[in-house]
Amino acid sequence: MADIAVQHGIAGAYEPSLFGTYSKKIGMWLFLLSDTLTFGALLFAYSYGRISNPDWPTPFHKESIINATIMTGCLLSSSLTMVLGVLAARRGDRSWTRNWILFTMLFGSAFVVLHGMEWSKLIEEGMTPFKNPWAANVPQFGGTFFTLTGMHMLHVTIGVIYLGVVALRKKFLPILLVIWAIVFFATPADNVFHTGVHVLLIATAVAAVILFLKPKDYDAHDVEISGLYWHFVDLVWMFIFPLVYLMSTRVQG
Amino acid sequence: MHTVADTHDEGKGQYFWVWGALLLLTAVEVVLAYRQVFQPIRMLEALMILSVIKSALIIGWFMHLKYEIAAMKWVMMVAVCICLCLMCVFFADAFRIIHLGVK
Repeated sequence: MADIAVQHGIAGAYEPSLFGTYSKKIGMWLFLLSDTLTFGALLFAYSYGRISNPDWPTPFHKESIINATIMTGCLLSSSLTMVLGVLAARRGDRSWTRNWILFTMLFGSAFVVLHGMEWSKLIEEGMTPFKNPWAANVPQFGGTFFTLTGMHMLHVTIGVIYLGVVALRKKFLPILLVIWAIVFFATPADNVFHTGVHVLLIATAVAAVILFLKPKDYDAHDVEISGLYWHFVDLVWMFIFPLVYLMSTRVQG
Repeated sequence: MHTVADTHDEGKGQYFWVWGALLLLTAVEVVLAYRQVFQPIRMLEALMILSVIKSALIIGWFMHLKYEIAAMKWVMMVAVCICLCLMCVFFADAFRIIHLGVK
């Protein structure tokens, strides 16, 4: 489909945008608003459970808080490198656009790995979506925690893949497959990420369809739109971090 | 036609300042929470105020909404704020449960 409006002589059919910008950007903003409501609902569900249960567990001790703080630093730094990538794209500097996007992907990947380690530790301690070892009468803690943070982790993973497609195009597909193979064979069969890594296979298939059916050279607009998505996942974490982690700190122990 | 390059003159410096401010606010949040400076309700209020400030910095500068036209800023932000505020209606029920002491 063409990105340029066709002149066909019907008055008013292609009016200038109400928002004074290009349609792809408005489309991404509207998607992000709908996604805000998805995360809003999940955060409100978590907070509802938190308020209505006086025995809500507070399992996040010093190591967890340090880990989550480093994760926050990774996401904030990735937003900086992303915006520098957008600036480079506007200047037409293709080399630095790619480099900044790759730095962003590196920070995003670090976030996912650290989050995966945090999840693994909680699972080892006996936490599942249906029970937790700290408060037997609050089984919904695991469910709300894994749903909320899992949804966010999925968004970060999709964001890294999206940026990889924009920066490297078809060259990114074999890299994705190699990462999938490494994670799949390096994790034990009972590990949640052994199954979860299949998200990368699905993403590879979707990216391949997009890249082969509509091959294009991604321009400054595309980089800016991918940046909007990336900053959004950073934005969501700014609420998950205090609500889930900081409000559930365990000072002793 | 609006293009990405012609809307505003911006330097890299402001983004580093915003990044520094975001890291600083995060450090304040962590210290407040870990030292448990406030009671839970006050703590929640303090953390949410800091989070809203951080969101405004991200949306305004990193997502460039600051540089968009007024119509876009108002329609996008007012719509999403109203929808999120409507969700607060459920909190009355959460408080009702805790006061009734339902097991």
